[in-house]
Amino acid sequence: MGPPLGTLAGLRADLDAKRVSSRELVDACLARAEALDRKLHAFLGLRAERARAEAAESDARRARGEVRGALEGIPVALKDNMVQRGEPTTCASRILEGFVSPYDATIVRRLQAAGAVIVGRTNLDEFAMGSSTENSAYGPSRNPWDVSRTPGGSSGGSAAAVAAGIVPLALGSDTGGSIRQPAACTGIVGMKPTYGRVSRYGLVAFASSLDQIGPFTRSAADCATALEVLCGHDPFDSTSLPEPVPRFSEALTGDVSGLVIGLPKEYFVEEGVDPAVLAAVRAAVAELEKAGAKTREVSLPHTKYGIACYYLIAPAEASSNLARYDGVRYGLRAKDAENLTELYCRTRSQGFGAEVKRRILLGTYVLSAGYYDAYYRKAQQVRTLVRRDFEGALAGCDVIATPTMPEVAFRIGEKSGDPLRMYLNDVYTVSANLAGVPGISIPCGFHEGMPIGLQLLGRILDEATLLRVADAYERCTDWHSRRPPETA
Amino acid sequence: MSRITRQEVERVAALARLELAPDEAERMTSQLDAILDYVALLSEVDTTGIAPTSHAVPLRTPLRDDRPGPPLDPDDAVRNAPEREGSAFLVPKVIEGEES
Repeated sequence: MGPPLGTLAGLRADLDAKRVSSRELVDACLARAEALDRKLHAFLGLRAERARAEAAESDARRARGEVRGALEGIPVALKDNMVQRGEPTTCASRILEGFVSPYDATIVRRLQAAGAVIVGRTNLDEFAMGSSTENSAYGPSRNPWDVSRTPGGSSGGSAAAVAAGIVPLALGSDTGGSIRQPAACTGIVGMKPTYGRVSRYGLVAFASSLDQIGPFTRSAADCATALEVLCGHDPFDSTSLPEPVPRFSEALTGDVSGLVIGLPKEYFVEEGVDPAVLAAVRAAVAELEKAGAKTREVSLPHTKYGIACYYLIAPAEASSNLARYDGVRYGLRAKDAENLTELYCRTRSQGFGAEVKRRILLGTYVLSAGYYDAYYRKAQQVRTLVRRDFEGALAGCDVIATPTMPEVAFRIGEKSGDPLRMYLNDVYTVSANLAGVPGISIPCGFHEGMPIGLQLLGRILDEATLLRVADAYERCTDWHSRRPPETA
Repeated sequence: MSRITRQEVERVAALARLELAPDEAERMTSQLDAILDYVALLSEVDTTGIAPTSHAVPLRTPLRDDRPGPPLDPDDAVRNAPEREGSAFLVPKVIEGEES
């Protein structure tokens, strides 16, 4: 096994200078994946032969001077809830066993148009429902910093693959923190863009009003490069935003002087958060102040209701979205059903895991007659208040800084028997999905040898400022360049 | 007082086309009860006159020109079916009590 793959920027420079070929990069990536995955279980499938062939095509294009774009020849991994034509998609669920996609997700088209080579599908909590990848029907992924701990979730496989230097870029999806939280757990950069920035066409739906695709990378600059490829209007997604996509890389000026960082008083209370995490986040903010940023206290008064609001809305939407798994058109079909209802019931009962069933039941319950107003409508009203909180707070500051999660990555099995305890882990991340605002997690320290994440939240469509602050922070610290020792 | 009974869980499971084994139904009931107990927190928020949010970023329904384009090939569309006949999905009997 060779050394970890470097940053996207570094690999691009190597490819441009012909120090390495795409074929060599993809070979190195696959060799690392095969060697490390016995421990990490980051991948559910590698497309080794096709990736090698595509890398050779990329090298041929480059030799002809036909570089497609910013990701020409770069190996990239996809969370296994995004479809690619001719490839399986499992969502880490038995119910999609055998499914091979007849079409490409828009992000697959965009990656390919930029020259990327997709190397494989990464592990996740079943249908992205979870915060640890322990809900995968194919077994959990493990954290490269300590394999007894989870890499977070639900996009844990993508996070582990980037943290272990297997790929410089992997995609995740974030419905309540599923990119930011695993990025924090594994010491890398993860961004959930503004709702609607990246097309959801070909992302298997979990909670459609909250789901958003985003990148995992090892630096803010790499994140900016990836976003330039991924973002943009798509006529195949009716919630895709028509606004033009800025050149995010140009926002990385290193200059944060005069920029105002809001510190929500509700997030900086000592209750329910590891003091070491809070101390690291405060130190990161102090570092940005040294670089010229100003801070002010802001208030997000409905923070305490975020989890309750989210765990009504997300399961409600999921119960509706997951009605499509019926054993008729694709995936698993239960044997020996006498009639159609029996076919549905048996297929779904055999195909879905416990957490997915729990959320379908919860969602069906809160949408059912007699409970709709008390639960679902109430949660949608509270969502309006959460949105207004962000509008109010971000009127007085440029970005909001918070911890990404209340503690460092927890141990596998530590919370798996108690769903509510697992949900409470999402306390700092769900509000951004409810409000639709962009958020990024960047590494800002260590505790017990495990990475700590700083979360920055911004105004709708203002990913550029988040990237500018994240990049400025990386220029004064080296947390983002630390690598897990056992994968070196 | 519990917020949800096992009978209600079983009724909801039937609506969602899920079958729960007896121990599964028992476990789900207590877990859902704990979750509903937690989310009851929302009842303390005064939402009088607050419009519900269904999408965070308001968007008008986009319209496109009605121009024909290439559809998904019918063979591709049914290729994943567990059982099929030609380009049709095959399912067990739908209507009860009728002889074919």
